[in-house]
Amino acid sequence: MYTSLTNRRHFIKKMAAAAAMTAAATMFPGIIFASEQEAGIPNGNLDWKKGPCRFCGVGCGILVGVENGKAVAVKGDPNSSVNKGLLCVKGYHQTMCIQAKDRLTHALVKKNGTYVKIPISEALDIVASKMKETIETHGKDSVAMYTSGQSTIPEGYVASKFMKGAIGTNNLDCNARLCMASAVAGFLTTFGADEPMGCYEDFDYADYYVTWGNNMAEMHPVLFSRMLEQKNKRGAKIIDFATRTTRSSTASDKSILFEPQTDLAVGNAICYEIVNNGWVNKSFIEKHCNFSKGLTKMGYGVEDKYKFTDKPTKIDFNQYKAFLEDYTPEKVAKYSKVSVKDIKYLASIFGDPNKKVMSLWCMGVNQHTRGTWMNNIIYNIHLLTGKISQPGNGPFSLTGQPSACGTAREVGTFTHKLPKGVVMNEKHRALAAKIWKVPVERIPSKPTYHATEMFRAVDRGNIKFIWTQAVNPLVSLPKTSRFRPGMEKKSCFVVVSDVFPTPTSDVADVILPASWHIEKSGLYGNSERRTQHWNKMVEGPGETTPDAWMFIEVAKRMGYGDLFPYSKENHVEEIYNEYRQFHEGKKHGMAPLEVLKEQSGAIWPYVDGKSTQWRFNAAHDPACSNGEDFHFYGKPDGKAVIWQRPYEPAAESPDTAYPFWLNTGRVIEHWHTGSMTRRIPVLHKAMPNAYAELHPKDAKALGIRNGENIRVSSRRGSCVLPASINERGLPTQGQVFVPFFDENMLINDVTLDAFCPISKEPDYKKCAVKIEKA
Amino acid sequence: MPITSYLAHPQEGKKSELLKALTSFKDCEVIPAENEDILVVVTETRDTEEENNLKDKIETLNSLKLLVLVSGFNTPQND
Repeated sequence: MYTSLTNRRHFIKKMAAAAAMTAAATMFPGIIFASEQEAGIPNGNLDWKKGPCRFCGVGCGILVGVENGKAVAVKGDPNSSVNKGLLCVKGYHQTMCIQAKDRLTHALVKKNGTYVKIPISEALDIVASKMKETIETHGKDSVAMYTSGQSTIPEGYVASKFMKGAIGTNNLDCNARLCMASAVAGFLTTFGADEPMGCYEDFDYADYYVTWGNNMAEMHPVLFSRMLEQKNKRGAKIIDFATRTTRSSTASDKSILFEPQTDLAVGNAICYEIVNNGWVNKSFIEKHCNFSKGLTKMGYGVEDKYKFTDKPTKIDFNQYKAFLEDYTPEKVAKYSKVSVKDIKYLASIFGDPNKKVMSLWCMGVNQHTRGTWMNNIIYNIHLLTGKISQPGNGPFSLTGQPSACGTAREVGTFTHKLPKGVVMNEKHRALAAKIWKVPVERIPSKPTYHATEMFRAVDRGNIKFIWTQAVNPLVSLPKTSRFRPGMEKKSCFVVVSDVFPTPTSDVADVILPASWHIEKSGLYGNSERRTQHWNKMVEGPGETTPDAWMFIEVAKRMGYGDLFPYSKENHVEEIYNEYRQFHEGKKHGMAPLEVLKEQSGAIWPYVDGKSTQWRFNAAHDPACSNGEDFHFYGKPDGKAVIWQRPYEPAAESPDTAYPFWLNTGRVIEHWHTGSMTRRIPVLHKAMPNAYAELHPKDAKALGIRNGENIRVSSRRGSCVLPASINERGLPTQGQVFVPFFDENMLINDVTLDAFCPISKEPDYKKCAVKIEKA
Repeated sequence: MPITSYLAHPQEGKKSELLKALTSFKDCEVIPAENEDILVVVTETRDTEEENNLKDKIETLNSLKLLVLVSGFNTPQND
């Protein structure tokens, strides 16, 4: 509980205000209470310290009010260009969780089935000796680490250096695999360079915002409020393209619903219309684009040890045009359930040369068994019309986590990644070896386990030791019904580093008490390539320790101390300065720490003291060197790729036995698996448990009343939840939606571990279930 | 001592007027939304009777369209 306020009545008033704001947020998408910043803040001499928000990938700037060593208030940072002083309900109340009664304050080790408190130095001794012993007995690929898009940049960097540079295994992956891997694969296949080309300033110029399966009003509320502001001020239009009617849909100018998985076909139909109506920006594609196709019918990865490597083949415009003949609006309307008129309307938005268009997407596109293809198709639309890399014109892939970009993608905490480039590339390995001061042969050239396969390997007994940080895989992985018993097996020693107990820490052999973000210094990187630094603001309780320092301590104990010569006091600064060397140059230069300490972040590439807001555009990006207006320098020939990507069905579709689609996702009150936000009383009270949204006609046919418990079952498992009919969201007929934040109602016991064969990102949006009264 | 929060919906075009009126009540704290016509009102009174009187006063404001109760707490007077 939030006990730092000296006056309990004052605290209760703050709670009451927060409850009302939370209620308002569920009624009005994107609602902002900026003056709340000043309301309820204690009198006295608060010391305001700047940093980024702990929740979501928007990266709002926050100011934390500290009094007598305690965080007592949070307000939006008016100097942050991201949020301009605004915050959402999660942001305002984030520090209220850190003093929860069940906070992990000391290390725990499991002895005879119960957890015993031990000094952290002793716990780190156990972790190091167990990891070393496992490597000696079973080889270096028997140990694994699973980290987070919520880890800081230094934490991700040290994890990568420890696993790949010191131990010499690529058994490192992260939970960004579950949310962003398709975005990464989409960027790399189309542009050869990861992360969006634009920035949040695009919101101020766009005439249209097309949201693809993206409930921004609940998931990115501050950015959604920026869209609403432009809608009210300039008449900008929001077009919501989704499988479910949400708060975002009702606040949009137009809501278009589609049958799950058919976004691939609708995207191609938009391209068909662009090509066949003469809306192609011919000079742009002639100068700046190639056409390619890849393999099809790739499968869905549901079997263990599934492998796939795409084989791109160059095609020409006419071949691409012929491919699109299968995607006329008339053909696609038949199975997408999107009308011909609406398909043509969507295409006309992109086709109008006088309108600026932003596409925005997140999990709906990425958590998709053809997620890479879907990312490619959105880029196709923007490339065909030349609407890219210009203020207000561009595809904008949003991230879910506060440092999915900064840590998972830029530092590279995926099995195939290095801080610059990939393990498969000899030059990239050589650079890493040089900066890390390790023999290049030590860094393996082959990726090993992506997230889903990593936990399958734990279940199979191939991985004998796993260390997780800032993640909760036994709530967040697909098909947890397999992975929970897998992690409970004695064949694998489990170390969990976290702030609070979770269903994942329940199966740990050792639990390490981690510092919460304001209890340590760090850096995050947000969706617009903005790197933000913060200094430690308050002391953590007990023996809580930053994850980076725990890695370093374990590395030292394992004999790798010479590779980790950082000091406890300044390790964040020392690690960041080492990491910056990987990205030197005009294409990805990172801002110096001194700059990041002074201002609310800087966007990379940071060149000659300036952030680069629009990459690949010669007017804005100093890395462009081809003498043209645009230069897609991520590819060797400087050209982006328009990909021929077909529609293919989902891995599992409704049938007679399991007649409903299951779609899972998030709610505005809770962050991911709820381990933090469910400990914030006002958020927990506002949304105390998960639920299953049904279409009223389906509910009527099954005789199910609102609030009645129902059982959602698949071929993997089942989950009992109260039915929600005509409440927050409205799924289409034949579909059920369930949020995944509630560890007492584990909907991921029901989901399917199918994934995109290219990105290896699971599809949490589509599997077949049946519904019964519980 | 009751502490209660409400959502106050103003009549069209009367948000500023409602804000001004609510702010003038000594037992009210008001937090207006930046981008919607809605205000959060938190009241702190000595007892239930006083709370009801204040609520009645708020509800007589011409600029108010609707007052919706969100949460209510009761705390010891001396705390």
